[in-house]
Amino acid sequence: MSVRRRTKLSESGPVTVVTFADSKIIDEEEIQELGQELYDLVDREDRKKIVLNFAHVEFLSSAALGKLISFEKKVSQHGAELILTNIRPEIYEVFAITKLTKLFKIKDDEADALAVL
Amino acid sequence: MTSHRWSQNIEQTLPSRQGAHVPLIEEILAKLEELGWEFRDRFGIHMALEESLTNAIRHGNKFDEAKVVKVHYRLSPERFWLMVQDEGPGFVPECVPDCTCEDRLDVPGGRGLMLIRAYMSDVCYSDRGTCVTMEKIRGQEPAMDD
Repeated sequence: MSVRRRTKLSESGPVTVVTFADSKIIDEEEIQELGQELYDLVDREDRKKIVLNFAHVEFLSSAALGKLISFEKKVSQHGAELILTNIRPEIYEVFAITKLTKLFKIKDDEADALAVL
Repeated sequence: MTSHRWSQNIEQTLPSRQGAHVPLIEEILAKLEELGWEFRDRFGIHMALEESLTNAIRHGNKFDEAKVVKVHYRLSPERFWLMVQDEGPGFVPECVPDCTCEDRLDVPGGRGLMLIRAYMSDVCYSDRGTCVTMEKIRGQEPAMDD
């Protein structure tokens, strides 16, 4: 398995919980790396239930949103499930402005996500 | 508009290099904090700076280091004003598809302009779209449809 630099993983039963290493997801190269690490979860590791925990994320750019959207597509194509959790109010507002609250399944915290996965 | 007492009025240029805008953003955000701007407003200005400067470097000048991005900003305890100009071919902002349409929600690009418009009080494009001017009034809530 390749080294993960932008994400950290933990397991909760059949669910993979992903936390982000960076508090600001802005840098283009880091976003590419982040995307690859996320894609690997479904492409190479065939994980079916994934939680993205945003607790550490203080800022993210539209390029990061684009990567998350691509990941959501990939997850759907693989018949997997994805839930976003622990999103700070100002980050949630970014999702709300761009209407991505309609695209992503979002729960308050990990416990809420694990309860429905 | 011209009678407003600005605390700072600064013009500078940035090279068209990936990440060249980051120190400037940090500098502006620190100045706003010194002037008493709250976190929520600074977050919105951070977003507008990140998206407009990245657009200029990446989509405008296409990372061509022979080209520069001109930045002019003014700030005060009540207002933030920014102009960003690139040397690219320009674009027509009205022709950028609405990324919030149901059938485009899952398309990865096109959200930067929308975020700038939402967080700034006023946004205006000129010079064939190579120049964007924006202003934020302190305390004004982000624009949200629905």
